[in-house]
Amino acid sequence: MTETDKNIDVSVWRGGPSGGSFQRFEVPRQDSQTVLDVVAWIQQNDDPTLSYRFACRVGMCGSCAMMVNGEPRWTCRTHVDKVLKNDRLEIAPLRNLPVIKDLAADMDPFFDKWRKAGGVFHPTKSRNDPVEEISPLEEERQNANAGIECINCGVCFAACDVVAGNPDYLGPAALNRAWTLLNDTRDCGSQSILAAVSQGGGCHNCHSMGNCAHFCPNELSPMTSIAGLKRATALSILRSGS
Amino acid sequence: MIRPHRSHPLWLAFVLHRISGLALALFLPVHFWVLSLMLTDRERLDGFLLLTENAVVKLAEFGLVFLLAVHIFGGLRLLAMEFLPWTSRQKTAAAAAVGVSILVSGTFLFQAI
Ligand code: HEM
Ligand code: SF4
Ligand code: SF4
Ligand code: FES
Repeated sequence: MTETDKNIDVSVWRGGPSGGSFQRFEVPRQDSQTVLDVVAWIQQNDDPTLSYRFACRVGMCGSCAMMVNGEPRWTCRTHVDKVLKNDRLEIAPLRNLPVIKDLAADMDPFFDKWRKAGGVFHPTKSRNDPVEEISPLEEERQNANAGIECINCGVCFAACDVVAGNPDYLGPAALNRAWTLLNDTRDCGSQSILAAVSQGGGCHNCHSMGNCAHFCPNELSPMTSIAGLKRATALSILRSGS
Repeated sequence: MIRPHRSHPLWLAFVLHRISGLALALFLPVHFWVLSLMLTDRERLDGFLLLTENAVVKLAEFGLVFLLAVHIFGGLRLLAMEFLPWTSRQKTAAAAAVGVSILVSGTFLFQAI
């Protein structure tokens, strides 16, 4: 990386669960610099007490998401070029989640909701059974494939205004997971998944405002998956007559 | 100001749908009350109908029809998007077809009046 003589004016949120404020840093501008590079530079060269989270740096692990100039983003694959406004960056912990410290949000509510939405696999076979053949052409398999590349980054959860307004709402990622599982023919838990996504904070809370699909870094559309759940729950009521 | 995470078309469509829905909920009771005057108080109804000659009221009427149209087609859009598992290209084509047919039939209607 080559350093240029330009600096970025960076505001970073500092604080804990009970509150905090933005602190300003000057960070040298570099070629091909990512937002995660900026945060790492501050921690390594200016203030070693800055807390943040990352692991893979290549968009696989989903641990580096933060609010960048008010938008949720995976910071390791967000180039500063793309998001810089008047040479300024504002970096904050993910929205809609409690803060542990500085830029590290507490992901527990996010993952608790995955389980609550029925996202744990319900197996039909044991290791002694032969491996089941699944055609990639089946409609159900294609539905599942469309949503399966989720890296659990929480970007959609932070983008969704229904999550912001309703603490019980399961959120786009958990419901997207439930939809892929519902379409997995090896899973035998359809009824429990449909019951889980129809509860109080379930799929029917979604207003199709599409923030989730707009910001998902893997270009998934949780909104489309949730629409699938709305259809599936409606159909199951017609079928069972109750 | 619209916060950065909300600046995209689907979010604006959501807000427009909510505002038009709320505005309709406020307007319709008044509308039905005015219509009921036809049975209970003809003279007051005529008074109201005279108002519709006023340019400001005409503009307001345009606003109401616009709200109703936005809400109905926005609502139909949502129902189609959520209940018909189409690909986005099919949806764009269907929306365009509905749009054009409304334009054509609407023009016929206006000429008939
Ligand atoms: C005539 C055809 C109509 C259709 C097709 C329609 C359709 C819809 C749909 C699909 C929604 C759900 C939107 C969402 O999930 O966010 C909705 C919401 C709503 N509608 Fe309608 N509607 C119609 C008429 C009306 C009328 C006459 C009123 C006024 C009394 C009204 C008031 C509302 C309100 C207040 C909402 C809530 C907005 C929101 O949740 O964002 N609608 N409508
Ligand atoms: S489409 Fe549904 S889940 Fe996605 S952001 Fe909007 S309300 Fe949230
Ligand atoms: S659906 Fe997309 S935005 Fe949401 S957690 Fe998965 S990868 Fe992240
Ligand atoms: S650090 Fe793994 S996705 Fe960004």
